[in-house]
Amino acid sequence: MAEFEPKIIAFVCNWCTYAGADLTGTSRIHYAPNVRVVRLPCTGRIDFMLILQAFGQGADGVIVSGCHPGDCHYTAGNFHARRRWMLFRRLLDFVGIDVRRVTFSWVSAAEGAKWAELVNSVVADVRTLGPYEEFPQRLGGPGQKPLEVA
Amino acid sequence: MPRIGVFICHCGENIGATVDCEVVAQAAGRLPGVAHAVDYKYMCSDPGQSLIKEAIREKRLTGVVVGACSPRMHEPTFRRACAEAGLNPFLCEMANLREHCSWVHEKGEVTTQKAIDLVRMLVEKVKRNRPLTPIRVPITKRALVLGGGIAGIQAALDIANAGHKVVLVERDPSIGGHMAQLSETFPTLDCSQCILTPRMVEVAQHPDITLYTYSELESLDGFIGNFRATIRKKARSVDESLCTGCGACIQKCAQKKIPSEFNAGLGRRTAIYVPFPQAVPNKPVIDRARCTYYKSGRCKLCEKVCPTKAIRFDQEDELVTIDVGAVVVATGYDVKATSFFPEYGYGEYKDVITGLQFERLASASGPTLGEIRRPSDNEVPKKIVFIACAGSRDPAKGIHYCSKICCMYTAKHAMLYSHKVHDGEAYVFYMDIRAGGKMYEEFVRRAVEEDHVRYVRGRVSRIYPKNGKLIVKGVDTLLNSRPVEVEADLVVLATAMTAQPDAEDLAQKLKVSYDGDKFLNEAHPKLRPVEMNTAGIFVAGACQAPKDIPETVAQASGAASKVAGMFSRDELSREPVVAVVNRQPPPVWSTCVGCFLCETACAYQAIEREEIRGRDGGLIRTIAKVNESVCQGCGTCVALCRSKSIDLQGYTNEQVYAELLAL
Repeated sequence: MAEFEPKIIAFVCNWCTYAGADLTGTSRIHYAPNVRVVRLPCTGRIDFMLILQAFGQGADGVIVSGCHPGDCHYTAGNFHARRRWMLFRRLLDFVGIDVRRVTFSWVSAAEGAKWAELVNSVVADVRTLGPYEEFPQRLGGPGQKPLEVA
Repeated sequence: MPRIGVFICHCGENIGATVDCEVVAQAAGRLPGVAHAVDYKYMCSDPGQSLIKEAIREKRLTGVVVGACSPRMHEPTFRRACAEAGLNPFLCEMANLREHCSWVHEKGEVTTQKAIDLVRMLVEKVKRNRPLTPIRVPITKRALVLGGGIAGIQAALDIANAGHKVVLVERDPSIGGHMAQLSETFPTLDCSQCILTPRMVEVAQHPDITLYTYSELESLDGFIGNFRATIRKKARSVDESLCTGCGACIQKCAQKKIPSEFNAGLGRRTAIYVPFPQAVPNKPVIDRARCTYYKSGRCKLCEKVCPTKAIRFDQEDELVTIDVGAVVVATGYDVKATSFFPEYGYGEYKDVITGLQFERLASASGPTLGEIRRPSDNEVPKKIVFIACAGSRDPAKGIHYCSKICCMYTAKHAMLYSHKVHDGEAYVFYMDIRAGGKMYEEFVRRAVEEDHVRYVRGRVSRIYPKNGKLIVKGVDTLLNSRPVEVEADLVVLATAMTAQPDAEDLAQKLKVSYDGDKFLNEAHPKLRPVEMNTAGIFVAGACQAPKDIPETVAQASGAASKVAGMFSRDELSREPVVAVVNRQPPPVWSTCVGCFLCETACAYQAIEREEIRGRDGGLIRTIAKVNESVCQGCGTCVALCRSKSIDLQGYTNEQVYAELLAL
């Protein structure tokens, strides 16, 4: 059987981590292609329902990454995200999601190499955890399609 | 039905070599709602953009996804192209197929599949994009310049000469900064004060420049075009409007032995003082920590002799609030402190001095009136050693960077010394000579060839005193690393240029970023060298990185022209990425329940309270409302809203969930 390729969804802020991932590209640092990036203005924008939805959608792991504490483009959005994450991680277990499947990190716009390392390490970790099926099944199976726009 | 157009760019070989762009375009063409999908070699080129424009018109597209480079690179380009074809620019999105895909993964099916996924996400998002219009914000056409050194002076004059009001704030009693302390400037050896002081006077007399000396920025609120600065005018203890600058108070002052900051500690000053004779404004200030009256409650000699009765012992700090549209930060640098060099004995041996102190010795207005005399016994030194890179490029001292100006000013110092002390010998210990700049290399060659300065390539390990001399022990790495010993009369350290000690505080007040060495960060190291990452704030001079006078002046003029360019318009237009609270027809009005959790989360105070009143004027409900000119669009409130009543334009819940569900 082929090796399990986890599906990773990353929620990143536009100013630090998205720019950092751009720098990874400009520096031509290769990393695992399993990640799909959702660009948001700030980690403060991340409603943790998004993370649950990502798992419902068949993600095996989620990355949340923004500016380092103190460097937020919007002054304090990443602090809000961090505080929310501290509360949310306790609920993960209750919902039935292994907390190791969610990685919260800071990657600045200058840390292209760190982004590659982060993705690679998350992919490797999630690969050992194996595919994640319990939660999507409870939601009625992965692959829900967005409602068509009239 | 949406009619989305998908345009896949090969970016030459950059995307095309790893991602099968044709396959991506074909796959995109099969997505629901996609009316048109093509690939092209260079989408950002003129023909590429025309391709998009024609498709918008011919296929009546309702949205565009460009699969190309990072949106941080070309989003404005493609949005402009859409606008030119009559499509609202905010109906255009970019899928990052280059930085996030082709450049970071191997060629193959997996990478092409990722590219298809990225395009699909953005197609689902763009279907839910709404046409938006940029927000227009009025501009206060007054600039705040922080720092009255050459950078601040140049920026203030340039902005004022362009016809705009400027407020220049300097924390010392006089403007002039470090440049006023210098003797001659490289590579022309023209006198620093002679070129600087006329500009200082120009600042003081300019009708459009308001000068606040002995003042500091207390706080800065607001946003581009509409900042509100609070400036603390420190108590000068002198009524500036009455003082004529006659100097009678200075002559009578009982405290005469205070080390003069302007002379880098080599000269003396009084407690009521003007930092230097050419100071602007030429009005004294009382150093309250040193003044006899403030210490003991008696004296007031200055008050007795003042002919205009300008002394104010009871003066208090004053806070002034000013509305400005732009800020230029030009707060300058510091030189590394004394305790830094135990092996060189700085602070311990009087005759080990810094480069800035040597400037004062060589300056005609300095404590020795331009004669090179050593501090310990006032003798003319016959053998002088200059040590370059004292601190700079020395990871052991915590300074990795090159201070950039030391090679040049050390050559200048050695040259000035040999011009003034004809029978003297000058040695320079150096690591490398970095003399990039117009006439710079020639200048260093001149020091070596015409003025016979002896350059020794090697580091100095130790300095210790012996029989009234300083023994400088070093190594000559060009002579087989042979140890070298020089019996010097005076040693000058080319100390590292460092950030101001309070640079971090300032950065936090301005909400701008700084690097590991506390130098302020420009918005882009190459393409936006004078802007900062906070819109409306610009940077000039050595607060950003070590630099010499020509570079500082160039950057200051650059910052000034950016400000003038901004002020040439009456309004700014901003991206409409702002939060909005939903409104619905009565009797619901809005799903907002008025908990105002968003208000506590907002870092910009953009949440206001809106009262909904009935026809009879009675209050129905109070709901949140976003001030769109203050909102910066971070979306923290959106994630927090319990009733999901607030949404972020451009990143609405609908759009983001659609992106996610497309995976």
